[in-house]
Amino acid sequence: MVRINGKELPVDGSTLADYLAGAGYDTQRLAVERNGEIVQKEAYAQTVLTDGDSIEIVRFVGGG
Amino acid sequence: MIPSYREWKEALEMRQGREDTARFAEATVAICGLGGLGSMIAVLLARAGVGRLLLIDFDRVELTNLHRQQYKASQCGRFKTEALCENIREIAPYTELIPRTVRITPSNVLTLLRESQIVCEALDNPNAKAMLAERVLVELPDVYLVASSGMAGMGEADAIHTRRLSDRFWLCGDGESDVAEEGSLVASRVAVCAAHQAHAVLRILTRRFETEGKKEET
Repeated sequence: MVRINGKELPVDGSTLADYLAGAGYDTQRLAVERNGEIVQKEAYAQTVLTDGDSIEIVRFVGGG
Repeated sequence: MIPSYREWKEALEMRQGREDTARFAEATVAICGLGGLGSMIAVLLARAGVGRLLLIDFDRVELTNLHRQQYKASQCGRFKTEALCENIREIAPYTELIPRTVRITPSNVLTLLRESQIVCEALDNPNAKAMLAERVLVELPDVYLVASSGMAGMGEADAIHTRRLSDRFWLCGDGESDVAEEGSLVASRVAVCAAHQAHAVLRILTRRFETEGKKEET
């Protein structure tokens, strides 16, 4: 199980890029942390989610 | 009559305490984007006596900014960096101001921001916000980031909150209300988010978060 924004999800084994695409995220607007470390966008496709990972997906919306 | 530095400092100490005021005075904080969030954050931090503020924006003051940004009608057309420096000098004459009239890009993040202890992300474009957050966290390992997402529209003020996501990363906002969908930016709600960001900065400087645990919600 992988903890994503506080929810346990059975997505271990898939890549971060696949998870984000499947969940409908626009990656250009995201900052993603894996176990407290930022994941660079170029690394999303190589990042394989593993059991016990904690992922924070921050979605930026417009306005400031 | 402008008060002397000593009078200024004593007044701050009376209201904020000596220890916290000293920590604010030693700090360098960068504010990226000087719109509704950034101009307000800058004013609040200058009032609190933060020692140095890096003020970064490429844009000029427009009429549609005046309802929520800390500029005057007479400053329309001026660079936001210059106009905000003028206004803050009148409010808080002893804060050192470093204006940078540039657009923040992946290639200048490091050189622009490396001397800051804390970076406030106060941009408006979501892709630029995400880019800045990522570059700061990747390239500046000793810097704290206080970012923002979601303060548009007329929703409740209380929906805006501060979250610490990891050791160096705080996020303020409701996380959802996008100006492209809400169609409006309202002074009071944007100011709530700006105050959350400024307050997170001051709490980081006073090391309040260290004693209160990591994943707190405030």
